[in-house]
Amino acid sequence: MRALAWHGKHDVRVDTVDDPEIVNSRDCIIKVTATAICGSDLHLYDGYIPTMQSGDILGHEFMGEVVEVGAKSTLKKGQKVVVPFTIACGSCYHCGKHQYSACDNGNPADNQDIGQELYGQPMSGLFGYSHLTGGYAGGQAEYVRVPFSDVGPIVIPDGVEDEKVLFLSDILPTGWQAAEYAQIEPGDTVAVWGCGPVGLFAVQSAFLMGAERVIAIDHFPRRLELARKFGAETINFEQSAVYEALMEMTGGIGPDAVIDAVGLEAHGFFVDNVIDQIKASTFLGTDRTHSIRQAILACRKGGRVSMPAVYGGFVDKFPLGAFMEKGLTLKTGQTHVQHYMPALLNAIMEGKIDTTFLISHRMDLEDAPKGYKMFKDNQNEVTKVVLKPGFN
Amino acid sequence: MADQYPTDDAPISASKRSDAVETAHGQMTDAKGNSIVGRSVTINKPVGELFAFFRDFANLPSFMENVERIDVLDAKRSHWVVKGPARTTYEWDALVTDEVQDQYIVWSSQPGADVDNSGRVEFRDAGARGTVVTATILYDPPGGVVGKLIAKMFQREPAIQARRDLRRFKQLMETGEIATAAMNPKQHEEEFA
Repeated sequence: MRALAWHGKHDVRVDTVDDPEIVNSRDCIIKVTATAICGSDLHLYDGYIPTMQSGDILGHEFMGEVVEVGAKSTLKKGQKVVVPFTIACGSCYHCGKHQYSACDNGNPADNQDIGQELYGQPMSGLFGYSHLTGGYAGGQAEYVRVPFSDVGPIVIPDGVEDEKVLFLSDILPTGWQAAEYAQIEPGDTVAVWGCGPVGLFAVQSAFLMGAERVIAIDHFPRRLELARKFGAETINFEQSAVYEALMEMTGGIGPDAVIDAVGLEAHGFFVDNVIDQIKASTFLGTDRTHSIRQAILACRKGGRVSMPAVYGGFVDKFPLGAFMEKGLTLKTGQTHVQHYMPALLNAIMEGKIDTTFLISHRMDLEDAPKGYKMFKDNQNEVTKVVLKPGFN
Repeated sequence: MADQYPTDDAPISASKRSDAVETAHGQMTDAKGNSIVGRSVTINKPVGELFAFFRDFANLPSFMENVERIDVLDAKRSHWVVKGPARTTYEWDALVTDEVQDQYIVWSSQPGADVDNSGRVEFRDAGARGTVVTATILYDPPGGVVGKLIAKMFQREPAIQARRDLRRFKQLMETGEIATAAMNPKQHEEEFA
């Protein structure tokens, strides 16, 4: 089959590789019909993520048609499914609590060593995202082996367009969880840092959860326009001072809840030895710590901080004093995708949530390397690239 | 032990004290080996199911990656063939020296073993969370410290193996299979070669 493989920094190629096959009895194989490039894929592209190996197949936002099933899969050939980016077993203690991204068993035993050393306990496996998260081949390919297919993939009703449901795989649940973690109460004002896909979905979700006002912060005009379409007020941080603006816009109180959706968007793992390197490039390090620091300072006393943005290592200058003195609450974590998928699919089917607005570019899988370059070079215009095998 | 260290309930695998090995020896029957490996894992299954699976030693190679083969000789004795670094193998006969059903199994290698070792695996009911399985293994690394270092390089060091084997035991019991990123059966076989 053809698949987008990582070969090094700024070097991704569409290679011909072996087809995936059923290995374990709960597996299925899907034929990919649509897959997206995630903002976090750019950090693999830029060479920031450790434990990548040449030839690793990328992609964790994907969907397709079931073409093979293992003996214990509950899926049927021919079904259309969206696959969550988190690989979870459904039977461990954490899965029982719907903490799917904390699954004990989704990550192969040998790969759990690194997570155990870094974080104290290893997290679940992820598709196409380095060997720290399992070394699983990803979805920017013609076919994918999906483990635990009786738990992860959600079946899509016939006749629904791929583009309407593709983002159930990651960014929509991630934006929704971010808003849920902000514990929004009716009448609240919520501030969202970052108008990437996760931030934009958090804006939509916050309104659906009863927020009266959402204030979105970014510097890309095209992305700020999208936030405004969903009813958000916006602050362009290149034109205005964010803390001062938020304080004035909330009558000197500060937002009731703040959401930091800047940086790696929803996932990605950094070890401390690369953090310095990242910090040196203002592109990630400073901006990311800056956004969470600004969010904590702006947040009203007794307010809530939700952090879908990923921080993998150690952070300097975290305003611990402000956080404690103001009595804030912080909720964060990788997305428990499987938990949110059924309700969000319903919301899409009922027309309560629109996801297609995000897609700016559609391309053939063969053109994926061009897609990566475009996405990296022009974040204002390129909001989301969807790849479709055989699109041309 | 509790009398000896009234302010420290930590298990011996976490001990910084110089008498840790001695303490471990006290918990075994016919203890052998002076390096300790201790590791616990919580498995979301009832004690009885886990004990029964583990006690049938012929099942162990299905999740113990470095165990090539276990021949069950009789109710108490078994012959172990274990992979070492660089395609070497180590063999020994193990004797179950003590056991209580659904509670613990204690074993010890018999004279003539390539690697002297002994161990104890405990199964403790953890209510809604299932069962806590604790393995404590004592062994004398072949080739002493240098051998241990070489084994570590080849990922065959008992501390690493015990940690990974217990995770695989948990995966097998909780999910019915062992997680792998292999794309097809051919890759899967190469991984376990």
